[in-house]
Amino acid sequence: MSRISRLLLVASIVLLGGCRSEQTVVTELHFWAMGREGEMVQRLIPEFEAAHPDIRVRVQQIPWSAAHEKLLTAHVGETMPDVFQVGNTWLAEFVALDAVLRLDDWMSRPDAPPAGDFFAGILEGNRIGATLYGLPWYVDTRVLFYRKDLLARAGIVTPPRSWPEFVSAMRRAIATPESCQNGLLLPINEWQGPIVFGLQQGATFLRDGDRYGDFESPAFRRAFDFHGSLYAENLAPALGATQVSNVYQAFASGQFCFFLSGPWNIGEMGRRLPPAVQAHWDVMPLPAPEGSGWPGTSLAGGASLAIHRDSPNKEAAWALVSWLSRSDISLRFFELTGDLPPRIGAWEQGRLAERPRMAAFREQLERVRPVPRIPEWERIAYLVGRYTELAVRGALSRDAALAALDADVDRVLEKRRWLLEREAATR
Amino acid sequence: MRFHGPSAGVLFLAPALSLILVFFALPVLAAFALSFTDFDIYAIGDAGTLRFIGLGNYQRLLADPLFWISLKNTAFFVFIGGPLSVALSLSAALLLHSRLTRWPNVFRTVFFLPVVTTLVAVAVVWRYLYQPEQGLLNRALSFFGVPPVDWLGDPAWAMPAIILMAVWKNFGFNMVIFLAGLQAIPERLYESARIDGANAHQQFWRVTLPMLAPTFLLVTVMTLIGYFQLFAEPYVMTQGGPANATLSVVLLMYQEGFRWWNIGYAASIAFVLFLIILAGTLLQLAISRGNGGAARPSARVSVRREEADA
Repeated sequence: MSRISRLLLVASIVLLGGCRSEQTVVTELHFWAMGREGEMVQRLIPEFEAAHPDIRVRVQQIPWSAAHEKLLTAHVGETMPDVFQVGNTWLAEFVALDAVLRLDDWMSRPDAPPAGDFFAGILEGNRIGATLYGLPWYVDTRVLFYRKDLLARAGIVTPPRSWPEFVSAMRRAIATPESCQNGLLLPINEWQGPIVFGLQQGATFLRDGDRYGDFESPAFRRAFDFHGSLYAENLAPALGATQVSNVYQAFASGQFCFFLSGPWNIGEMGRRLPPAVQAHWDVMPLPAPEGSGWPGTSLAGGASLAIHRDSPNKEAAWALVSWLSRSDISLRFFELTGDLPPRIGAWEQGRLAERPRMAAFREQLERVRPVPRIPEWERIAYLVGRYTELAVRGALSRDAALAALDADVDRVLEKRRWLLEREAATR
Repeated sequence: MRFHGPSAGVLFLAPALSLILVFFALPVLAAFALSFTDFDIYAIGDAGTLRFIGLGNYQRLLADPLFWISLKNTAFFVFIGGPLSVALSLSAALLLHSRLTRWPNVFRTVFFLPVVTTLVAVAVVWRYLYQPEQGLLNRALSFFGVPPVDWLGDPAWAMPAIILMAVWKNFGFNMVIFLAGLQAIPERLYESARIDGANAHQQFWRVTLPMLAPTFLLVTVMTLIGYFQLFAEPYVMTQGGPANATLSVVLLMYQEGFRWWNIGYAASIAFVLFLIILAGTLLQLAISRGNGGAARPSARVSVRREEADA
């Protein structure tokens, strides 16, 4: 074949292809989702594609352990997907990378989910400054799992609503033979404990526009003292997270009455606890520092869906994201995964609160607050865990631990301060 | 016809050299340059936020208590675990080399198995062994009336537990090298030693060890380099905990670089570790040269004398 005829052939193929694709322009949408969510969401996609014949969704399932690095390297390599699942604590980082589309304009469109239908604390976790960057996909928070039967043996039939009630319930249970050996399982190196108590005391953790650490504030100090007293009074065993090899076994054998954990353990407990224990555990919202404040504030967590800022398929991406956040779809997703829907409408439509052990989550989700949304937060949270461990183990006094924590956090935030100053100077 | 341009040798080496250049030399140079900057998550997003901070990372590193903790932990691992591992390898090699041992091939394979087993699988199994309540190790100890030890949870025991596992996992490799070294020692040396009236002890100290000197040097240098790069064991088993008791320098570097994305700072850790390993290796070479000057010629002399006799 001569060169000219070959060229003609190629040109005609291109032209013909062009003609055909003009009739039905199919947008291919790349969607990265993690772990089990990435697996289960694929069952919902055919329905979305049936409703949107012009969109084809390619779901890429990514293991959680590699997700953060994959997203970052994709960003550097300019191969970001159109839509990606993003853990709440990562959102600020990808916003700092300028990788996330602002959703405020999209939220004012008629096809958008009503912002007021989301749990307020959860939606707040997707705002940085005043700008919305992610649409909540499913929610996560911390509640108390507890043993009804063991507490009843100690004469406690109503779940404690305040810190003093909580402490006295644990004391009584430990003092009662045939009840629990310990009050609460709260690994000493996990940041969630002190941070949740801090949220309840109104601590902000950072100050001056998230420029400096504020862990020596009276509010966090109260939370930290309460946390420390749990170990000092032997209400909680001073164990690290890796030391508890089988939480379910320990919970079943009555090694502790209370256990701070999240929604995923509803399913896990159902699967892993022996049948004899199944009727005897329940879930309660967190006690507040004072009974009048019940339920006490907990963490606003979970995962959101974000659209890549440079995605060429923003319309299609928005269609997918808003479809997945629909109440009926999030209910189906809940049935598939056990992930809690972020919209109040979904809870009412599915009567989720009437299901066993779900009422506590419904009550708790009304009282959730997000942690500071800055890229450095994960590092700060890690430091909180580390200094908490040192304080509980007695390697540092509580004062020294908080002072050192603030000093470390200030150092971590140095670049942030510099950037903010530079930004202010150019304005 | 004469061939002009690069010689054939250079041409043949070019593929390998260019791979080393692109995938080793350039990244190392880039990392070296990065170690003088504050390259972090913000700089990934906008290179304009990159700041050249000179020796700032190195200064910060020297003032970072975590670095000193990790260095102390790594040194503990190297100077306790290293000699332990070498001694165990040598003992195992001597046992296998001895004529009294039956089925040496079986044992050689068995001892080598941990080396070829995936570390993650080994770590998972050892976590079960170290489990404080049901773990096999504590059960065995309780048999002798020893109270249970919280191997991976107690800051005092976590590093010894890691050392124990690492030594068990790695000694087979050095053992095989020692075996090869032992098999290379000519039998006639022992024969003449026996004729001179040397007992087993003297044979070991005067013949076996001097003849093993080059093997010894190789093994200790490799072990030192390998053990300084302690990473996977604590990464899988303890994540550096409890209370940083198993935080190694490489684990710290990994956390700084790929968990917190302080790439510049992590690069400076890498170069400091490189300098430490380099210094350690040079020191070892110097020591062995000092020793070798005294030990090896005597062995050589005896060989020559024997050859002359023959």
